[in-house]
Amino acid sequence: MPNLTSTTATAPQRILVFGGIYNNHQSLRATIAEGRRWGAEEIYCLGDMGGFGPSPDKVFPLLQEAGVNCMQGNYDHSVGNRLEDCACGYTDPRDNYFARISYDYTLTQTSDANKDWLRDLPTEFRRIWNGRRVLMAHGSPRRTNEFLWASTSPDHFLDHLLRDADADLLLVTHTGIPWSRTLASGRVVINVGAIGRPANDGNTHVWAVGIDLTTPDRLQHTFLPIAYDHLALADEMREESLPEEFVTTILTGWWTTCLEILPAKERALGRF
Amino acid sequence: MTTLQPAPPTLAFPYLETLWLQVTGTLCNLTCKHCFITCGPNNRSHPVMTSEQVIEAVEEAMGAGVREFYFTGGEPFLHPEIEQLIAFVLERGPLSILTNGLLIDEARANRLAKLAAASPYSLDLRISLDGYTAEQNDPVRGRGTFDQIIAAVTRCAAAGIYPILTVTEVVPSTEATLPAFQALLTRAGIPRPRLKFLPPVRLGRETFRDRGYHREETLVEGDLLADEVFSLACGTGRMMTAKGLYPCPILIEEKEARMGDRLSEGLHPIQLRHQACYSCHAEGLRCRT
Repeated sequence: MPNLTSTTATAPQRILVFGGIYNNHQSLRATIAEGRRWGAEEIYCLGDMGGFGPSPDKVFPLLQEAGVNCMQGNYDHSVGNRLEDCACGYTDPRDNYFARISYDYTLTQTSDANKDWLRDLPTEFRRIWNGRRVLMAHGSPRRTNEFLWASTSPDHFLDHLLRDADADLLLVTHTGIPWSRTLASGRVVINVGAIGRPANDGNTHVWAVGIDLTTPDRLQHTFLPIAYDHLALADEMREESLPEEFVTTILTGWWTTCLEILPAKERALGRF
Repeated sequence: MTTLQPAPPTLAFPYLETLWLQVTGTLCNLTCKHCFITCGPNNRSHPVMTSEQVIEAVEEAMGAGVREFYFTGGEPFLHPEIEQLIAFVLERGPLSILTNGLLIDEARANRLAKLAAASPYSLDLRISLDGYTAEQNDPVRGRGTFDQIIAAVTRCAAAGIYPILTVTEVVPSTEATLPAFQALLTRAGIPRPRLKFLPPVRLGRETFRDRGYHREETLVEGDLLADEVFSLACGTGRMMTAKGLYPCPILIEEKEARMGDRLSEGLHPIQLRHQACYSCHAEGLRCRT
């Protein structure tokens, strides 16, 4: 069931939004610290706590201690309900091969208590910020594992999506590559990217989004690069015998797996 | 005593995501032996769409919130105004074109690359090849086509377009198949080989090359899996041809499958009562990229 949380009593001035932790507790720690440094009074995570990285249970205390508002992604739904696969939405066997390795590892290594916590998370957040209707979803408002890539999300489609969802600002994750667009209607879509792995741009840092409400009637957003100890994460991944392909992505910033789902434009920007 | 025939499953239609356009109808410059709609130079079963028909369907679909467009045929590059239509669509959303590549010369490859670069949306060329050797491909697609298709892929790569190679599994796959295709594409200058494998659809010429559907290859109520609506082409897509609207690209020669003249007449649930529906459900046939 959607979580129709109402407006917070005292509206915050600065908000941090991120998604796609993928077991990366190193980048999560850095993201929370960067959010606080930036002045975020509220922090939102749009889901997919697991997959890809090492030692899944390490992210949960960090999220809970920092009071992060967490949403259920497709991965969280699958792990929480002890399902057979991640329901990531991949269609190519090569993508599914690596998705299977990540999922089996994460499912086995996540404690029962944390699985239950994931199972009970809400599937969306609604807020009113500076008079605008804000919707946060994992993939898209209509489907948890829908990929909203910049090059396959035309303006008329996004307008339709937001109109149907009664939203002026939509925040999503799931693809792992950040982008934003202001539509002619004034509606805004932000894909916050992921903090669990770099954005296939040759940089090792990851991305989160800051929303600034200090100007009345306006929602200003900024993409915040988050540098973290990616070398330590790579060491941990090797200790956990995770595929070297995953480690290469952390060390180089280029995706090496789950590439077939990328649309032509996004694929052409990567190295592989 | 009569035996009651089990009812076919009903598939919901949650929203329109994909609009397929049969831009050149059944007109093609090849006569592939596995073609499920028997396309060829003399097949006018579905006429070439006028540009006005294409534009009208695209605009109606945009009003319904469509996300992506596909051009197919026949051979789409036989359309006299194909490049104008590509430009028109790419200004509005992502486009995939299913082609045999033979009509993409160097100048056209360069023009396509320019159109792709100028659009904020993705242009994907899906070029069909049915084997990683001429001995595998040519008996199916026609003598000399292997070399011509590889030459077209090479021209695209030189222009900066990296097509997806679409392979119908008329030759059984082995462990050697994927690496062999990848090596072939790398030699053609494609730095990031992309491949899509499809099971054959047992309609049209394929019924003579191999076989049609067996009687038991049909779907009945209860067969569909949860969320299958999102992976089947007819769950969130529709096909427009010069003759009207159909649930998907495969059923355009099934007369009972026609849904009407306009898109708005077909945005509703359907029954999966055609034998070809079996290929999509049981063999995982996915027309989308």
